[in-house]
Formats: sequence, C-alpha cells, structure tokens
Amino acid sequence: MAKSSSKSKASQKKLAPKMKITPEIIKEHGLSKDEYKIILDRLGREPNINELGIFSVMWSEHCSYKSSRRHLGKFLVTGEKVIQGPGENAGVIDIGDNDAIIFKMESHNHPSYIEPYQGAATGVGGIMRDVFTMGARPIALMNALRFGEPEHPKTRTLVSGVVAGIGGYGNCVGVPTVGGETNFHKGYNGNILVNAMCVGLADKNKVFYSAAKGVGNPIFYVGSKTGRDGIHGATMASAEFDDDSEDKRPTVQVGDPFTEKLLIEACLELMDTDAIIAIQDMGAAGLTSSSVEMADKGGVGITLNLDKVPQRETDMTPYEMMLSESQERMLMVIKPGKEKLALDIFQKWELDVAEIGVTTDTGRLTLKHKGKIVCDIPVAPLADDAPNLDRPFVKTPPQDVLNAEDIIETQDYNDAIKRMISCPDIASKRWIWEQYDRHVMSDTIDSSQSGGDAAIVRIHGSNKAVAITTDVTPRYCLADPYEGGKQCVAETWRNLTCVGADPIAITDCLNFGNPERPEIMGQLVGCIDGMNEACRAFDYPVVSGNVSLYNETNGQAIPPTPAVGGVGLIPDLAYFSSLEGAKKGDTLILIGETKGWLGASIYLREILRREDGAPPPVNLGLEKLNGNYVRRLIRNRRVNAVHDCSDGGLAVTAIEMALASNIGIHLKNPTHISGHAWYFGEDQARYLISVEPNSVNPVISTAQGLNIHAEIVGSVGGDMVSGDNAFDISLSQLRKLHEDWLPNLMNS
Amino acid sequence: MRTAVIVFPASNCDRDAAFALEKITGIAPEMVWHRETSLPKNIDFVVLPGGFSYGDYLRSGAIAARSPIVKDIVEKAGKGLAVAGFCNGFQILTEAGLLPGALMRNKGLKYVCRPQKLRITNKTSRFTKQYGAREEVIFPIAHHDGNYFADDTTLNMLEKEGRVVFKYTGNPNGSARDIAGICNREGNVFGMMPHPERAVDALHGGTDGIDLFKSILGTL
Repeated sequence: MAKSSSKSKASQKKLAPKMKITPEIIKEHGLSKDEYKIILDRLGREPNINELGIFSVMWSEHCSYKSSRRHLGKFLVTGEKVIQGPGENAGVIDIGDNDAIIFKMESHNHPSYIEPYQGAATGVGGIMRDVFTMGARPIALMNALRFGEPEHPKTRTLVSGVVAGIGGYGNCVGVPTVGGETNFHKGYNGNILVNAMCVGLADKNKVFYSAAKGVGNPIFYVGSKTGRDGIHGATMASAEFDDDSEDKRPTVQVGDPFTEKLLIEACLELMDTDAIIAIQDMGAAGLTSSSVEMADKGGVGITLNLDKVPQRETDMTPYEMMLSESQERMLMVIKPGKEKLALDIFQKWELDVAEIGVTTDTGRLTLKHKGKIVCDIPVAPLADDAPNLDRPFVKTPPQDVLNAEDIIETQDYNDAIKRMISCPDIASKRWIWEQYDRHVMSDTIDSSQSGGDAAIVRIHGSNKAVAITTDVTPRYCLADPYEGGKQCVAETWRNLTCVGADPIAITDCLNFGNPERPEIMGQLVGCIDGMNEACRAFDYPVVSGNVSLYNETNGQAIPPTPAVGGVGLIPDLAYFSSLEGAKKGDTLILIGETKGWLGASIYLREILRREDGAPPPVNLGLEKLNGNYVRRLIRNRRVNAVHDCSDGGLAVTAIEMALASNIGIHLKNPTHISGHAWYFGEDQARYLISVEPNSVNPVISTAQGLNIHAEIVGSVGGDMVSGDNAFDISLSQLRKLHEDWLPNLMNS
Repeated sequence: MRTAVIVFPASNCDRDAAFALEKITGIAPEMVWHRETSLPKNIDFVVLPGGFSYGDYLRSGAIAARSPIVKDIVEKAGKGLAVAGFCNGFQILTEAGLLPGALMRNKGLKYVCRPQKLRITNKTSRFTKQYGAREEVIFPIAHHDGNYFADDTTLNMLEKEGRVVFKYTGNPNGSARDIAGICNREGNVFGMMPHPERAVDALHGGTDGIDLFKSILGTL
C-alpha cells in the first residue's frame, strides 16, 4: 500500500486515501454499471476505494441475496412457535418453559475446496457465532457434506481435510457434533459442499438482536485481532490495487477455536448482565457488514475510529480492515456506564477488546483513520438499495416416469444388496463421525452412532429434548426441482417424526450453480417453490438460512442441493425411539403404500448405472397422515424401532435397522409388485416399524380405521438378513461391507 | 463432602464433570477458575476436567499445568488431597508431574470418539473399589492425544506397584501396554484418558462411571 498512501497524501482533502476509481476497479469489485450509477447517485459524488469496497461487499450476492431475495420472500416464515424468522443472525423458536432454540445452517463451500481444513473449521466457527451472538449457548452441531466421486484424485484429500477441520473446531470448542449426512457424486468433483448447522439454547426472554438502538452509545470490538486474511478475494485482484506482493494472502480465513471458546464464555457471561444493547458477529464482510447491519436495523449512524481496531499486522489500510474476514470477532453496542463491566469480563477471558466507535444520529457510516475521514456514506442505501434482481429462469424439463416393468430386475439380489449397502451414499460414515466429539456437554441422547434418523439432544437439566436432522436428495432435485424441494423438507419432517419429535421449523442452505444461467435459476426457483409448499403443508416454517450460488466449475454446475436442517421437540424423553430397538420375535410393519417407484433411485444408479427418471412424487397429505400416526405409536409405546424408508428402499431400510439393532431380519413381499420394485422402490411417506406380536393387530387395525396403508412385511430374529425367494446374507457380512467401504477408500 | 472442578480457558468437560459430581453427591461442586491461587476451604476431591485448555497450544495440558491453581493442587495432593484428571485433566496431571509419563498424539493420528471397553487392572484402588468383582467397563473416549508413553523402567514400576488402574481392551490410540489410567504411589491422584464423567446417565453414555466416583468419594 506504500504507493497509494503516498499518492493519497499528495491529493488528500477531506477523503483519503484518494485513488482513481476506474471501470476496471469497479468491475473487479463485482459491481455492474447500473449498480455503480446508484452509488454515484446516493453519494452525490464518486466513492473512494474504501467506500467502493463497502458497497461492493454489501451488495455482493453473499450479503444481499440479490438473485434469490424475491424468491426467498415466498417462504412461510411465521408460526405459533416462531420468535424470530429470517433476517437476524439465526432463527429463534419457542420450545416452552421459557426455553428458546436458536439455529441456522450456513455454507462454507468455496473456502473448503481451496483449503479443506481451515475452510471447514471456519465454517463451523462462523455458524456457532451466529447462534451465540443471539444469546444462546451452542448445544449441537450438524453438517451436510457433498464430495466428488470417490475415485476422483482430490476427493480423499478433501474428505480428510474437511472432516479434520470440522472436528478440530467443534471438539475444541466443546460442542458435540451429533449428526449429518455425506454424499459422493461426480457432480461435486469441482465444487464440494460444506454446510454446517448449529443449534443453541437460550432463555426465551433473553434473546439478543443486532439493532443498535440509541445515539451516543459506545461500540466495542472483542475477540481476535484483525489481520489481512479473507479479504475479498473473489472480487478484488490485489495487484491492481496494491502492487506489494507480500499482501497477496490466501483468501481463506484461519480459525482459532480456542478464542471462539473464550468468546462464547465471555459473551454469555456479559449477556447475563444488562450491559448489551446490540451484538453482531463479524462474519462475511467482517467489520463492514456487522457495523452496517447494526446501524441499519437500529436506524442510527455509526462512527468508527479504525486506529483503535486491534490489528494483527502492521500498516493495515482502512480498506483491509473493513473487508478482512479474520475470525472470532464480535461487535457490540454497550450501554453507557457499563463499559468497565464489559472490559472486566473480556479481560478475565484474556480477549482483545477495544472501544472503537459510537452510535450517532447522522444515519451515516463514518470511518476515521490516522486523523482523516476515510469513508462517509449513508447507511440506508447499503441495505435498502441493494440490488434485488429478477433473473430470468426456465423450468427444468420433466423427466420420464419410469415403469418398474421397463427396468431390469436383478438376477442376483444378494449381489445387488451387497453393492447397495456398501455404495458411497449408503455405506457407514463411521470413519467420519468417530472424529467428532458427540458426547461433550452430557446431553447427547442419540447421535450418528446409532445411525438414527435424527440426533437427540436433551435440554440440560430437563426431561425434554430437541431432535435435529439435515437432509436433501440432490438426485431428486436434479431430476425435478419442485418435487425434490418438497422431498427434502418432507424427509426432515419424517426423520424428526421417527424419533418421536414434533417437527417445529427448518433452516436451509441453498447450494446452486450460476444464477445468471436461466436453467440454474429455474432449479433454484423450482426447489424454493417445492420446499415452500411442503413447509406450508406441515406448518413447518423456515426461520433462517443461507444461499450459496456460483457453485460451478468450467460451466459445470453442482446438482441443485437445497440442504434442509429440521428441528423438533421431544416433550418427554420417556417417549422416543430410534432404529436400534428391534427385538427377536418382533414383526416388521411398513406404514405407507409401496408402488415400487424406481425412477432416480439408488437401485437404478448403483446397480444399473442409470441416473434417469422422474423422482418419487411426494404426497404431502399422506406424509402428514402417516407421520402423525407413527408419532402417536411411538408415544403410545407401540414400537421398538422406527426407521424412515428412503434411499435404497425397504431392503436398505430394513438392513440399517438390523445392523443398528444387531439382529437378523426376514422380509417378505405380500404384494404383486415385482421384487426389485418392492425391495428397492423409493416411494415416499413410508416408515418401517418393529413391533411386538401383541401390538401387530392394534397397529394395523387402527391404521386401517384412519385410512393409512399398513402391512406386515417381515419379522425380526436370527443372524441373517433374508427376503423370500430373493436374498439371504449374514448380518456380519453385511456389517463388514457397510463399515469397510469408507476406511478402505481413505486408506487406499 | 465438598468437591471442586477446575476451569481452565477452554476446558470443555467442566460441565460434564459437574453434572456427574452433582448427580452422585447431590451437591453441586465448586467451579474454581484457574487463576485462583488456592482451592476453596474444605475441598475433599478435585477434578481436572477434559477439554482443550489453552487450545492445546504448545502441548496438551502444558500451559494449564503452570496455572496458579495447579501449584496449589500439587502442594495439597502431596498432603493427600484426592485428585482426578480425565482426558485433558490427565494430560495436565502428567505435565504437572503428579503422574509419570506423557500423552502423545494417537497412533492413528486422528481424533477418536467412541464407547471404549476397559479392563479394571487394579480392583482395590481408591478409584475402583466399588466395582467389586467386575472385570470390564465401557467409558466413552474422545481425544486426539491419548497415546500414553513412559520408559520401560517407569512402565515396569507402574505395573509392579499396581498403579495401572485401567487398560484398554482393543487399544484405540497406541498407548504403551494398553494403559488407559494410572494413579500415583499413594493412590490419591488418578488420571485416565476415557471419560467416566460421561458414563453416569443411562440415556447419555451409560452408567459404568458411577462406581468410579462412588469409589473415591467413599474413601474420603
């Protein structure tokens, strides 16, 4: 920066440093000509480089949701239990007894591809800050990961780095990582997805927001020092702006979970007092977005003295400080008179802390640096005038509905089942989740360890628990975004139901390709519309979320992947279920009708190497009917084990139950449906339940009375997994195949 | 009966330890900040909890072992105070010199979290008496640096003096002679990598840890 600051000295008047804003610089900041015109209009002059940088990040896709905003607006976001929907750091729901659950999911895709360990670690750190910023103690972490095909040369490095990063951060901070999902597909070869979700617990009456209300209040900076990491890499080529090569840092941030842990404890301790007016973490776009969002929501101006910002490196410019994405930093507005209280707490926790500014009545963001004003812009346009694009989109053409009769039936069921149980999407992910501390905090009731449909985390000191799951089936979304969108929401609802929880609300992480392409935009719009229909049918609102676009390489977009994180409540831990409890002598009952849908199925892909066909339709009315019945059975203690029937169909579902319960099963086909459609069809709204003999008749007759399809499909016992006239494999052999796939891949 | 849990920056099983102690004694333990220079009065049993004190920077437990409170604990342990360290607490005890040996990075180089079978190799210790004739327990493990190391002379001494209290069945981390937990010669200081404090609740990690706490608390 030496050059530009010496130049600026010569030309300084009111605003410094002065740097000519050329069309190239505007373009590098990702701003269109029209957007730049709005900036000129709102400022009444040319911006300087700092101001341009601030507009650029605030109006970036990441911060402004400019391609998706008008579509996100359609979502159901309110409900009886919603305390705070989208628009804050995270969503807040009411779970009774003055307890609030605060949760959100977020992507860290691009950084994780470039630097898997730090990218994933800082993804976890960032989502945790979103949650504790609002006054919640984080109590659970989840993740949804998509990698390229297993044999791709980068896959193993990415898997090991991402998993180590997630574990390295969450384990150290001491928040259990309780579940998630991992898929492998060639569609992610050039763009992996790392979506992290955090769930926190707060006092319903002590939720903290980001509106910096009131004038003349001190602004505190706390946490790690600001460095040059994470500056705006995508939009700013530093050579144009700065020819000092030393400053060309990797744009991936570096995480320090130790500082995060101290920040959590310090913030929660301060939140127990009445010192905080507003608080915001410095996430994407760091100091810029945190200060602008606080000022905008509070309807005030903010003046910051950048000389006071704790800095890790020397000679940092205002531009660098405002756009740095150094991790583990918080900004807060403190009540006047409470400064010492705040300082004492932060110093106890050995954190850097500084009073760096004040709220004002000007409505402007004013930055001072070395005695000069280096930025002076109105706050309102940064938020209000952010572009809200109506990008053209085309509906995804429908795929053919495939008839089971036209799909080859395997001549060797034993072989087909062995291949499916050890295929990348279904094989055990033990290698991954054994690297995560799942038990810290003493409240994990169920986690990945049981392979259960949803994780269960007790509310500390009580007898109730939250159930948490993340789901999406990208192959369905690719084939039909609308049905796929419905399906991902329905699957979370079903998984929460499987453990006996009342589903309450969701968060989402919408991962798509380049929205400037109408077909990608069509996927986004289709998925949102489908998700929204399911949310409305279940009265299951979206309370927070994140959009990640431009996940493509050389024009090859990822499959549309709207990951959904669902949260529900188990009111009393005397009544919950998992897939572990099937017992000798139990009868297996399938709730929900099987038609034998094989389009876009795992069978089609893994056994026949075909990825075509329309995905199974989701009948939301049936989903509700069947799910409510299963939940009722769980609460009436009618079931020993429950499992959602999804990927791989009945056979895979039953085998997963057998493996978790450590007992054999025998399946039969009581229908006229051909074997491959019966065992591997992926019809929706189905649950496999294991019940004791004396419950069979009541379960089936009550179902019939409610017009619910329920049929006996097998029995539990022995040490073999078998199907009438179809397959017969030992449980131990299946376990070995199921468990060995991932370790073998990682050790190869 | 008064118990205490020491809280270092980035301890994270302090809550787990407090949960277990309160569940078993009926009284919440004193939570003692690492900068205190002495324990509260009349403390009978101290737990150094698991976690990542000081972010595991330098070496796991190395910085925490130099905390003011640890100095006091070393002194009082010398006079017979009962002290247990679990996971990071065990690492701190070895770094503080209260127990011999060191905990190195796991042999597989990865963090490992799983329910772990252990053999009780000293059934008469102050930390295991309550188990009676029981041979085996399952405690959760969750660590990256749990590979116990000491020279052969020390290992021989530990075994000869009955100070190896628990051994792994199916060594998860490469520990010398499968050692999972040891005590000092006097038997009042005990450390182990597994987490008995996470095994006191049937819904959570099982109940095999309860007798460990009952054992030591019963001797006080």
